[in-house]
Amino acid sequence: MTKKDSDIAFNLISRQKINGLTSEEKLNFIIKEVKNGKILVLEQGLTPVEQAGLIERTMKEIEQDTFIGVEMEGYGEDTPTFLQKLFGMAKRPRMTLIGPANLLKMIKKDSDMIQTKIISGSGAK
Amino acid sequence: MGIFRKGRLSDILQKLFGKKHAKIGIYGPPNVGKTTLANRILRDWTGDIMGSVSEIPHETRRAKWKKDVRVENGASSLLMDIVDTPGISTKVDFKEFMNTWGLTKEEAKIRAKEATEGVIESIKSLENVDGVLLVMDSTQDPFTQVNVTILGNLEARNLPVLIAANKIDMEDSSPATLKSAFPQHPVVPISALTGYNSDTLYSTMIKHFGKKRKKKWR
Repeated sequence: MTKKDSDIAFNLISRQKINGLTSEEKLNFIIKEVKNGKILVLEQGLTPVEQAGLIERTMKEIEQDTFIGVEMEGYGEDTPTFLQKLFGMAKRPRMTLIGPANLLKMIKKDSDMIQTKIISGSGAK
Repeated sequence: MGIFRKGRLSDILQKLFGKKHAKIGIYGPPNVGKTTLANRILRDWTGDIMGSVSEIPHETRRAKWKKDVRVENGASSLLMDIVDTPGISTKVDFKEFMNTWGLTKEEAKIRAKEATEGVIESIKSLENVDGVLLVMDSTQDPFTQVNVTILGNLEARNLPVLIAANKIDMEDSSPATLKSAFPQHPVVPISALTGYNSDTLYSTMIKHFGKKRKKKWR
């Protein structure tokens, strides 16, 4: 089967993969994939500080004719219960969707659901 | 004797009872009314304004400071340095400035370039504030990534945040949605444009930003 230009790649990234990277490595990985037109679903998203870092990196990477930024949608961190805190569990980022802004568009987001649409005609490179 | 000197006594009282001078940042996504709110606060308490406003997103592209703004409510007051920051977004498309707002290609590209620099400046300035007035558009979905990211960063730093649910003069506004979305933070419905409910905003700012807090080590 030949790959068409309009194909859209969705990559589901496991928690283990994300946990094995430093913050800098996570941002490098995400930016590289998204600039290549891929949509990423991170099983475990980024911490708020990493999210701010990703926005900052994105702004530096914007090329007006080829890369206009990212669409990133996720939720705040899971707060551990009292019992979990006793056992040393920290806040954990929740699932996050990240893709190129010219390809992925958020339609609606509430506390339970993120609804997005793919803008056709801008597939993965 | 020295302990009763005016300056020394006020220092001790401040340490015991909380802040009297705070650096407050006005943050939020583009076009939620940050500069309109900054202008409202300054006009009410200094007679000045912060900057120009526009319907075109990213009108504010450099952070602007106004020092020593005293906000009062009865016997209590708070002296603030206020910074109005460029809108934070995850994307900037110069074509939107051309197609939606009628800018020329050259104007649009310059604006887009300056906007990306403004977003970076906003994020960096989060390091230098004591508290944040997070402006949200009460006619829009509250769970935007920018709101989630800013709130997460402030919670990680244990910085106080006050949400201004702006544009309540508009028919489709729903400040109650914002309140239920972020129950852990105070939410004050306001119209920065008309000044509606600004007294409540000021009294909440004094109470909330004047509190004594421990900053988290990161």
